[in-house]
Amino acid sequence: MLAYTLKRLLLSIPTLFVISLLSFVLIQLPPGDFLSTYAATLASMGEQVSGDTLVLLREAYGLDQPMYIQYLKWIGGIVLRGDFGLSLEWRQPVASLIWERMGLTIALTLSTLVFTWLLAIPIGIYSATNQYSLLDYVFTTIGFIGLGVPGFMLALVVMWVSFSYFGADVGGLFSDGYKNAPWSFGRVLDLLSHLWIPMAILGMEGSAGLIRTMRANVLDELHKPYVTAARARGLDETVLTYEYPVQVALNPFISTLGWALPGLVNGGTIISVTLSLPTAGPLLLRALQSQDMYLAGAFILLLGSLTIFGTLMSDLLLAWIDPRIRLDE
Amino acid sequence: MMTSTDAVRVGTTSAPRAMDTPVALDVNDLRTHFTMPGGTVRAVDGVSYRLHRGRTLGIVGESGCGKSVTAQSILGIVPRPGKVVSGSMMLTRGDGSTLELAGLDPKGKVIRSVRGNEIAYIFQEPMSALSPIHTIGHQITEVIRLHTGANRDQARERAETVMRQVGLPRPDEVLGRYPHQLSGGMRQRAVIGIALACNPSILIADEPTTALDVTTEAVILDLVRSLQDTTGMAIQFITHNLGVIAEIADEVVVMYMGRQVERASVTDLFLRPQHPYTQALLRSMPRLGKRAQARLEAIEGMVPDPFSVPVGCAFHTRCRHYVPVRCDQPEYVEVAPGHWVRCSRAGEVA
Ligand SMILES: Nc1ncnc2c1ncn2[C@@H]1O[C@H](COP(=O)(O)OP(=O)(O)O)[C@@H](O)[C@H]1O
Ligand code: SF4
Ligand SMILES: [Mg+2]
Repeated sequence: MLAYTLKRLLLSIPTLFVISLLSFVLIQLPPGDFLSTYAATLASMGEQVSGDTLVLLREAYGLDQPMYIQYLKWIGGIVLRGDFGLSLEWRQPVASLIWERMGLTIALTLSTLVFTWLLAIPIGIYSATNQYSLLDYVFTTIGFIGLGVPGFMLALVVMWVSFSYFGADVGGLFSDGYKNAPWSFGRVLDLLSHLWIPMAILGMEGSAGLIRTMRANVLDELHKPYVTAARARGLDETVLTYEYPVQVALNPFISTLGWALPGLVNGGTIISVTLSLPTAGPLLLRALQSQDMYLAGAFILLLGSLTIFGTLMSDLLLAWIDPRIRLDE
Repeated sequence: MMTSTDAVRVGTTSAPRAMDTPVALDVNDLRTHFTMPGGTVRAVDGVSYRLHRGRTLGIVGESGCGKSVTAQSILGIVPRPGKVVSGSMMLTRGDGSTLELAGLDPKGKVIRSVRGNEIAYIFQEPMSALSPIHTIGHQITEVIRLHTGANRDQARERAETVMRQVGLPRPDEVLGRYPHQLSGGMRQRAVIGIALACNPSILIADEPTTALDVTTEAVILDLVRSLQDTTGMAIQFITHNLGVIAEIADEVVVMYMGRQVERASVTDLFLRPQHPYTQALLRSMPRLGKRAQARLEAIEGMVPDPFSVPVGCAFHTRCRHYVPVRCDQPEYVEVAPGHWVRCSRAGEVA
């Protein structure tokens, strides 16, 4: 297991390098750069920027240098100093812009993931072991509704209901008083009191699908010969369900962990915009639109790393649960 | 010309023995039916036999005739919607008391204390009978601890003893392995080891060698026989292969469409088969010494739809000796001591 872990860790280094390269190239791909977009925007509003000014600005931001120098400077700053460069649009260090949003995003994503699993796994197991029972039908029906209704619709409905019936504004992750306040115990509590709504909405969408998967997986396993064989050895039904099939049925869940993390960030974007949450999705969207390259690059890099991290975690977990994976290598 | 029997090696592993030891399990008129939307399948429909200590009963018949369901009925693990609808299965326990297995709650404590402890079951495919995500050691010590209340170390010690007994001389290695890391032969030995872990008085082996090559099959059959000699357990050996029956059984039950059509000592069955179905099975069996180009004789006709078992003698649609009216209600009769046949023309046909 140790050897496998080390191997996987080493393997992720070149992958991270490729991701960083790709994020850099990706944000350079659209024609022009931030300054030409900026100049065009100003021109459209009737203002002129002189060619000299543009050249000076280019030098100041290092945009006149060859690509690989720009890349080396950029990645060097990140790795050595945690410096993600300057946001061209916000005129602020990227680091100061993204960390809180990334943090909030990860908090929302992880809590949603946990919520989804806590909901989906037990329901899935129950439905499988009590196939065609009344509750199984109830869960199935709710599940289909959950699958059919898009998350942002749900978000709008929740907002409307809570606003018009309870007079509460459920948008955002903080109350007005805490929005720009420094971190404190009160702010954390405030965050938690707001977090559950987007979490429930995001989670509802994911759970419906996961319940179906879990139910099908467990049913599949429960009818395999090794379960019958274990039953024939005298093991009771609880052990039969939990010790064997549930563990095997969990594998597909764990293998989805890798893309579940960034997937929730993306899936969350629309809901975040709807609920005006200060998470990463909306900011990334904006940065991409304005070609704010360092900001966009930092986001893409972090999301990419999150994917690598998620995949690494799921692979290690899988290998830990299922010996066939770690031993067959 | 050879007769149908002189090349069949009856009981090569050791000579067949008389069923004269105490009864371990008495199955009487067992019926297990599957009620489904399309009708009722009488998978087992009136089967009776006895398992004796230290003896092997072979159950033989084509695929789908109800051999496995018979075994599953004993342990109460018939898959839904199957149900034991009548009959009795009387188990004689170690202390001499008897336990009726029919009608026990299949999820209840009593039957669970019998499974894997007093009656062990070996499945056909050793790979699929083991959990892929647990070591052999985990799976065997789990059973030992469950039934004997042994602690971890005691269970481990017992597991090692059993593994040596089934011919795995370095138990440490095998116990730490996962099923997919063992060869087919080793896996089947490990499965037999798990079955024997709690010293069962009865072993039900359901086609345990079908998935193995011929050499490994012979080795495993020898192993089973020698384990029986040391433990004195009763064995119910299920197979569709009469060659295997000849090697291992003392007494044989022949099944056709859920019914028992013949029961005899292994010698009587091979030398004096009475039922036309048994005779057909024997003719379809590959024989030593038979010239290679001589084609095997397949049993004529098709196995009828299990939803509509032919009325009267179930075999009449494929029987070359069928006579209307006479064959309408064949009784199960004892044509010679210990030799039972369900055929109206028993004794006339050969
Ligand atoms: N799970 C099941 N569902 C429905 N019918 C079954 C099931 N298992 C067995 N049967 C019926 O019982 C008959 C006997 O099956 P089985 O005992 O497995 O045959 P075999 O002699 O090959 O072991 C089959 O032909 C089938 O019609
Ligand atoms: S009873 Fe008649 S049909 Fe049935 S096996 Fe005997 S001879 Fe054949
Ligand atoms: Mg079978």
